[in-house]
Amino acid sequence: MAWRRIKQRNCLIGSECNECKTLFYPPKLKCKKCSSSNLSEFKFSGKGSIVSFSEIRNPLYGFEKQTPYTIAIVKLEEGPMLTTQIVDFDKIEIGTKVESCLRVMHTEGHSGMIQYGTKFKPAE
Amino acid sequence: MIGIVGYGSYIPLYRIKTEEIARVWKRNPDDVIQNSMMEEKSLPAIDEDTATMAVESSINALKRAKINPKDIGAIYCGSETHAYAVKPDISLIGEAIGAAPNFTGADLEFACKAGTAAMQACMGFVKADYAKYGLAVGSDTARYNLENVTDHNMGAGAASFIIGKKENEILAEIEGTFSYTTDTPDFWRREGEKYPKHTERFTGKPAYFKHTIAATQNLMENLGLKPSDIDHAIFHTPNGKFVIKAAKFLGFKKEVIKSGFIVNKVGNVFSAATLLGLSATLDKAKPGERILMTSFGSGAGSDSFSIKVTDKIKDKVNLAKTTQEYLNNKKYVDYATYCKFTGRLK
Repeated sequence: MAWRRIKQRNCLIGSECNECKTLFYPPKLKCKKCSSSNLSEFKFSGKGSIVSFSEIRNPLYGFEKQTPYTIAIVKLEEGPMLTTQIVDFDKIEIGTKVESCLRVMHTEGHSGMIQYGTKFKPAE
Repeated sequence: MIGIVGYGSYIPLYRIKTEEIARVWKRNPDDVIQNSMMEEKSLPAIDEDTATMAVESSINALKRAKINPKDIGAIYCGSETHAYAVKPDISLIGEAIGAAPNFTGADLEFACKAGTAAMQACMGFVKADYAKYGLAVGSDTARYNLENVTDHNMGAGAASFIIGKKENEILAEIEGTFSYTTDTPDFWRREGEKYPKHTERFTGKPAYFKHTIAATQNLMENLGLKPSDIDHAIFHTPNGKFVIKAAKFLGFKKEVIKSGFIVNKVGNVFSAATLLGLSATLDKAKPGERILMTSFGSGAGSDSFSIKVTDKIKDKVNLAKTTQEYLNNKKYVDYATYCKFTGRLK
């Protein structure tokens, strides 16, 4: 269930390996680098830059009303990369500095849950 | 001593001009602007709602307060357009800003004055030592029937205030507050209804003016204040004209309402309206100046506050984006996009 991942989705919380200091987003239970299980929560700054992006005109289920929308791979300034949506922009390019914001991802019909999540917009 | 230790605004990027709405409904835009003073208004992006805007303004408040969010023991959010009918916005706000899980709070509703009611609730908690800091938020995506001329006035935005009582942290002391409430059903929205309704025309006098003036006069009398003691005044802004009329009746000069007068650029932002005015005023106020703020919520009631700016303000304003910066950063949309973004397309 998505709500079990609220911390990572809404608050950009990943994990840090307490042994080798590698950072992960989304969070891991085991370090992919040194295999340690000694990890703790890490809150990312929300600052990063665009590595690649694409405009979506054939939307995923639940995103129809946002069409067209832009997804991108963003490299966080702490290192990890994530796939996300870019909002509130006129023009973006590879390398554009971005910052995180909390937005509605999609709603489950008129009576269902509202799913929130982290998106990114050009940094000011 | 109790007061504001951090504050923040949020206004979405998108705007629609009065001329564009008037074009679709074949109204004379000059008449609309003359009647309401509304030149343009803000609207949420398609993926923004009351909760997401409240998070943005609260993050700005935290940047200015420079406190540990875990020290926030109470969060109250006032709105007429909470994201859910049942499920609080404050749980999302608290989680997103890092205050969760050790805090109390609730989503409040009192038409356009629930934001200031949130401030009073936080003052009580902090003053009674039940919380080190309280976060009060007003956030709304105001809506009205598209065909009604009132839709010209409906804006979107949020403002947040962190209330504390450590003297060396307070950027503006709250000297006193007074509330005036009667059962006056001038405007309402029934359960399950999408848009609010007005009783009839001419409810301004028994509702807005009666409550705004009574709360303000009572507060000033209690604190021994005269209009000349007030450097900045903020009143609820259902439109531009009401504010000017209320200020004039209370004996304030027109310049006194200038700092917080942003309604002509964002619209009536319901529960966030008075608080956005306060946030805009704090951006410009100087140490030692006194701010008078009176909200109005239909149904009906007003909360009046006397707020004195301290030296701390100088170090705080530039720690987050100012209201003016939000006002300047805008992108105009056409009427079709407005309908798409505000969920009017089926």
